Amino acid sequence: MTDSSLNISIKDVTKTYGDFYALKDVSLEVLSGEFLTLLGPSGSGKTTLLMVLAGFTSPDYGSVRFGGEEVVLKPPHLRGIGMVFQNYALFPHMNVAENVGYPQKLRGVSKEETRKSVENALATVKLHGLGHRRVDELSGGQKQRVALARAIVFQPKILLMDEPLSALDKKLREEMQIELRQLHDSLNMTTVYVTHDQKEALTMSDRIAVINDGRLMQLGTPNEIYRRPENAFTADFIGESSLLPAKVKNGIATIGSKKLKGAQKLKEDGDFMLVVRPEKLFIANKKARDANHFEGLVEDSIFQGESQLMVIKLDPENYGERSLRLRIPNGSTSLGKLPDINEKIILGLKITDSYFVEAANGRD
Amino acid sequence: MGGTKLNSNQAELAQLARREHFTFFGLTLPYLVLVGAMIIAPIGWLFFLSFIGRDGSFSIENYERMINSKAYIRIFLTTFKISILTTFFCALLGYPLAYFMSQISRKWANICMIGVLIPFWTSLLVRTYAWLVLLQKKGLVNTIAVDLGLLSEPIKFVHNTSGTLIGMVHIMLPFLILPLYANMRAIDPHCVKAASSLGATSIRAFWTVFFPLSMPGLLAGLLIVFVLCLGFYVTPAVLGGGKVIMAAMKISSNIELYFSWGAASALGVVLLAVTMLILFIASKLVSLDQFGQRS
Repeated sequence: MTDSSLNISIKDVTKTYGDFYALKDVSLEVLSGEFLTLLGPSGSGKTTLLMVLAGFTSPDYGSVRFGGEEVVLKPPHLRGIGMVFQNYALFPHMNVAENVGYPQKLRGVSKEETRKSVENALATVKLHGLGHRRVDELSGGQKQRVALARAIVFQPKILLMDEPLSALDKKLREEMQIELRQLHDSLNMTTVYVTHDQKEALTMSDRIAVINDGRLMQLGTPNEIYRRPENAFTADFIGESSLLPAKVKNGIATIGSKKLKGAQKLKEDGDFMLVVRPEKLFIANKKARDANHFEGLVEDSIFQGESQLMVIKLDPENYGERSLRLRIPNGSTSLGKLPDINEKIILGLKITDSYFVEAANGRD
Repeated sequence: MGGTKLNSNQAELAQLARREHFTFFGLTLPYLVLVGAMIIAPIGWLFFLSFIGRDGSFSIENYERMINSKAYIRIFLTTFKISILTTFFCALLGYPLAYFMSQISRKWANICMIGVLIPFWTSLLVRTYAWLVLLQKKGLVNTIAVDLGLLSEPIKFVHNTSGTLIGMVHIMLPFLILPLYANMRAIDPHCVKAASSLGATSIRAFWTVFFPLSMPGLLAGLLIVFVLCLGFYVTPAVLGGGKVIMAAMKISSNIELYFSWGAASALGVVLLAVTMLILFIASKLVSLDQFGQRS
């Protein structure tokens, strides 16, 4: 199945609207057969980049290659991509089978072959035998499946998806995430997926491209992005985190008067942020060598089903007016009892989990 | 949470609901009275009058005349011909404009819409006479065309079918554009994008996706224009110069020249019946076609 997909090579793509940079020198390689997610907040440029790939938006300059072939000047209908839109974009005047068969009809595929491929595509998205249904008789989840079937029926080598699950409710969305991922694994199309939902991106992707202000902030596997954010934006945007401002001088990081040990070597001096994930923090009974410690008061304690979230107000003398979030799985036996509100506790963060990023200084 | 408590306020809640009903009924009452007095009753009277013959007794001579008289048949044919042609040219001019307006930004579309609507703010009679002035033999259009050498001699634009059509198309155009534009704006632009991403050229995407989706608006516009044309009076009367006689003009002359209320009423009844029949058929067509299945 290796020949069923193409790699995508994006180079120096820039798109401006007046003074506004929607995309600024974005370069990105999407590997053949990879599931890559463009992740960013709304207005970050992720959808613009997808539209550049689809051919609906022309960049000011830059190159887009599908499997080595330059496509930046090609109109959308000649790019041979499958695309799934945010609001489904099904044709309301056609039934399900006509919607799914539409690309085949355009390609002059015979009726019999079209019927077969439509049946296959509908079976792939688990909509067996719903071909005669009208589009407005379908639920949101079914519409999304039809849109997907329509995008894959002609076996495109590249599949683009623009927030396809954002209109679905949470439970259905989570089911579809897994399903889409499985579908990708079986079809092996190069997939570029746009979302603003970091959890969705972490669940589905081979790699994630974090985008903000029209620029590529970081590219990596979900694991890398989560564990080793390269900048304050990524650290803040992906997963829950508290950022504590730290100063680095001669390779030593300090917060207030406290020295901190970090997982990485700090070569440059300047302003940094310590990324603290709530689930990496633990309540330390005594100070240990392999961890950084923070003293504080329990300010709030919230039951959240599978875990308990606590807000710890840090000792203002050492840290200023800051607080950290701490997440403890419920039912964990290591703790006899959760600390009470206003109880003074010591938090620990393993040095291997203590990761610094450069503080975001004034953006240009 | 006792049962007695529930029972006790049940009556009050029912009273509240009743009072609400009365309020709504009271609000619609003036309109109901108006419709009854101004529309239902006169139509009944019209219907009754159409069965009164010349001698004042009950007769169907008014209807017989319509079937037997060549003049009446010609009037009906003219009425339909003018209405169909006007509707056709409105669609020809209006569809591309509405399409253009639906594709540009809302700000510019609103400016265009003002252009479409300005004629609405001018009196119908003024606009009709303006066309008369522009199009007559020594009018602006002919003079300029002759001066520029485009025409060797002035063309007779008015007091004939072409003059009537020019005037009527101009007056009817907004009625076509308004529902059509509203429909086109509501078409999800992603549908057309989806079509082209799936491999359709822009022309193919237009004909297979955009055009079918704009059909309800187009049909609504065509219908409004056609039905309005059937009963139109001022413009054909002025620009047709007595040579283009439509049903409404015959109704008028029946009363003004011949004082024949019966004949005028019968014509009115037939016009009303035809209009309602067309509306009925169209409503069936639209509701069946709109987003329906094609087999």
